[in-house]
Amino acid sequence: MIEIENLSKSFTLHNQNSAVIPVMSGASLRVAPGECVALTGQSGAGKSTLMRMIYGNYLAASGSIRIGDVDVATASAREIIRLRRETLGYVSQFLRVVPRVPTRTVVAEPLLALGCSEREAHARAETLLSMLNIPERLWSLSPTTFSGGEQQRVNIARGFVHGYPALLLDEPTASLDARNRDVVLTLIEEAKARGAAIVGIFHDEGARERVCDREVDVTVFTPKAAA
Amino acid sequence: MTLHDVALQQPLFRVESLTKRYGHRIGCADVNFELWPGEVLGIVGESGSGKSTLLGCLAGHLRVEEGRIFYQGRDTLLMPEPERRVLSRTEWAFVHQNPRDGLRMGVSAGGNVGERLMAIGARNYGDIRETATDWLGRVEIASERIDDRPRQFSGGMQQRLQIARNLVTSPRLVFMDEPTGGLDVSVQARLLDLLRGLVRDMGLSVIIVTHDLAVARLLADRLMVMKDGRVIEQGLTDQVLDDPQAAYTQLLVSSVLQV
Repeated sequence: MIEIENLSKSFTLHNQNSAVIPVMSGASLRVAPGECVALTGQSGAGKSTLMRMIYGNYLAASGSIRIGDVDVATASAREIIRLRRETLGYVSQFLRVVPRVPTRTVVAEPLLALGCSEREAHARAETLLSMLNIPERLWSLSPTTFSGGEQQRVNIARGFVHGYPALLLDEPTASLDARNRDVVLTLIEEAKARGAAIVGIFHDEGARERVCDREVDVTVFTPKAAA
Repeated sequence: MTLHDVALQQPLFRVESLTKRYGHRIGCADVNFELWPGEVLGIVGESGSGKSTLLGCLAGHLRVEEGRIFYQGRDTLLMPEPERRVLSRTEWAFVHQNPRDGLRMGVSAGGNVGERLMAIGARNYGDIRETATDWLGRVEIASERIDDRPRQFSGGMQQRLQIARNLVTSPRLVFMDEPTGGLDVSVQARLLDLLRGLVRDMGLSVIIVTHDLAVARLLADRLMVMKDGRVIEQGLTDQVLDDPQAAYTQLLVSSVLQV
């Protein structure tokens, strides 16, 4: 489902003497449907960079990132927008929303964008919010004022509201208590069971052991010159 | 494949090699892009970068000497003037930065909305008033304000009224020039929320000019970055903001104060 081949990335900092910083080269990775792969490596090794490249948030310098029939490395903005709407979900560590939008709508948005009826989308959103123990009295409020853990759970609900065939998870269990951590891991297991291909960053070792099928150390993708 | 699907297979709006000069000075030069149904395109850049000039050219407010602008496959620059005027009253809409430029200040709120309907042939007073009331509700203006004039409204309300006046005819393409500029941050948030909902529910295509990168991030699917009248970078909104390629875009993005 996710096939990455010979991917490389460098940043050119034009305003700092045009310094070119190579951050990745020769990265390859295959994730089959129903499989969950954990990216490992110390902080700064390029785990998040690789995730962002798969999502189309960072441009690839060379190589390919095939998700279904789209190569993110060369796709047009329009194709990536569609890929993100239908196929590729991303649970980031931070919630970025329009202020004032109620939590229920924030979570339902991916379904509304797919053309789901409001009723259906809100019902599914409410199911997830309940599972993740967000009290019902908060559903009509904007999540911008919520605690870090609550925002993280809203973000997870939003990421799992649609059954994306491919999912990127950036520290999905960070800042969660044991009960909610268990709910999230169950959601990941369910996604795998329905055939989702998942790439994740998990500092939580127990979580990694429970849901991940294998680990890929991204340090091997660090360019030699920089290592 | 339904007719609707076929319509989605081609761009709604296409611009080729558009150039606008003021004498020897360049307003905007060699602009090329496509806009698809339901897509929101942000045009960002500092003041004087040519973004408002470009918007004026696209919407037909400014004369264009070079280039082509296609709407649904038809070149709008070759269209007879009356036809283009009908287009800008029906399928197109333009939201000005300053509501006073887009509203008739001496006419009631209901009249401002109803006028657009009458311009496309609505005649039944009851129907017009009902539709106007409905639209005031959609932009969160209380129905008892329908007979008040816009000058009795706050800036945020005026801007919402301008949006109602523009969208009442169910346009397909909306041009917006700094629609949240000059508003308080809390008022801006409300307007952004409103715009996002309308864009999604009505399937609008939008070209929005803004100097506010936070607004661009929340509203636009794609961005074009302009400098000195030229497009120096374009792409997916979050990609342009998080991994900018051009020196100028890097400077622009890194100059934003973090909140």
